[in-house]
Amino acid sequence: MSFNQFEFFDLGYLDYLSYKDTFIHRIDPRAKLIVSLIFIITVISFPKYEISSLFIYFFFPIFLIAMADLPAKVIIKRIFIVSPFALMIGIFNPIIDRKVIITIYGLGITSGWISYFSIIIKFILTVSTGFILIATTSFPGICLALEKLKVPKVFVLQLMFIYRYIFVLGEEVVRTMRARELRSFGKKGYELSIAGNILGTLLLRTIDRSERIYQSMCSRGFTGNINLSKKINFTLTDLLYTLILSAMFIVLRFFSGSYAVGRMLLGKGS
Amino acid sequence: MSHHIIEAQDLYFVYPDGTKAINGISFKIIHGESVGIVGSNGAGKSTLIMQMNGFFLPTSGSLKIGATPVNEKTKVDIRRHVGLVFQNPDDQLFMPTVFDDIAFGPLNLGFSKEEVEKCVDESLKMVGCLELKDRPSHHLSLGQKRAVSIACILSMGPDILVMDEPSSFLDHRSRRDLINLLKKFTHTKIIVSHDLDLILEVCERCIILKDGKIQADGKAKDILSEENILKQNNLELPLTLQKNNILK
Repeated sequence: MSFNQFEFFDLGYLDYLSYKDTFIHRIDPRAKLIVSLIFIITVISFPKYEISSLFIYFFFPIFLIAMADLPAKVIIKRIFIVSPFALMIGIFNPIIDRKVIITIYGLGITSGWISYFSIIIKFILTVSTGFILIATTSFPGICLALEKLKVPKVFVLQLMFIYRYIFVLGEEVVRTMRARELRSFGKKGYELSIAGNILGTLLLRTIDRSERIYQSMCSRGFTGNINLSKKINFTLTDLLYTLILSAMFIVLRFFSGSYAVGRMLLGKGS
Repeated sequence: MSHHIIEAQDLYFVYPDGTKAINGISFKIIHGESVGIVGSNGAGKSTLIMQMNGFFLPTSGSLKIGATPVNEKTKVDIRRHVGLVFQNPDDQLFMPTVFDDIAFGPLNLGFSKEEVEKCVDESLKMVGCLELKDRPSHHLSLGQKRAVSIACILSMGPDILVMDEPSSFLDHRSRRDLINLLKKFTHTKIIVSHDLDLILEVCERCIILKDGKIQADGKAKDILSEENILKQNNLELPLTLQKNNILK
């Protein structure tokens, strides 16, 4: 497998999307962050055999994708890329938990399968929300929101530097890999020793770079504290957005929305 | 107290591994002068620059910025008077957006928020990049990154500008813009570069370094047209002066 540089540069695509200008993009980053967190917490808090109540929650990512004019394909593709994690986490549930709880046309469905399926739904919901948050909020915006929400500055700064230099480091990796590929004449060349050398070189370069960055910070008066000076306004729209969505998530947590919608569709009333 | 003057007296610097990078340099650069420092690879140019900002302190001899000698105590203060523009803008622009980056220095100097806003706008206007204000640094082209790096330094209102290879990574158009920009500045300027044509255009004075010693110091036009001196120091005539020879 050769190193796919285009796949890597795709990383920056969500970042590009976050500089669009739609209703969702304009909402205060704090509001979006809080709503996403509440969404994730409520989704995770469902008991492990719950499936039907979760479906109604898909309205949130779909609503955001539609409102923020995001390409759904891109989000779905990314969910697939990280899915092995979730698939592996629950893989033993069907094997260990073999109690049959429902029988459909003679086919017994064990509780293991149900909990596995529930994990996957929760995974899709939470991960897509995370991606959408990144695609609708610029990263500096998220950092600013975290800082205003009193997250310790050390963490915020770490995130900020990661965001700033992940692209630089990535390009360096791409260049190094390209240089290796150009001189390995079709051989795989991924022997452990070479990979080790490349990693070592990258590490040394990173250390050198961090030293230069530190010098650059010092030459601009850095004394151990970084001030983020941006002002952001939390408007009425932001407040309504936060309150309405959060309330909706929490209400749906206790009253199954899927059930209500199902009854309505079947014309039974409630 | 004026900080526009740089004076080195019998300056020596030895790296911890024993490499003698600077071997007895003396010079005086006065207010408003623009000086090009040239020399082959490993001549000690970058080491000299790092001394002016107090990152490396002299092993012996002294270096004074204005009347203040560079030492452990004064280096923090000196850094606000000497603005250093790095060779690689990616090292210099470490904040997520252009605004944050330019505001970094002024905020550390304790400016108020309104002052910072004003300062950022002014320095971006000076380099002609006001429209980049809210862009993330890593989305910029190299020419834009260079301009923004210079703006970051200008925002602190330094007396002396020190630049390491300002024209590296730039295409011809961006290089030309940079030269025009540098010509406009009235600060004391020190430019280290292999781009002798840039030095010829921007600087009145030129210092040639070799093995950590000064080989020549004088008017840029005189020194950079002396083929013999240049050859002895592993340099060549600037391209603008070469053209006539080739077409002969």
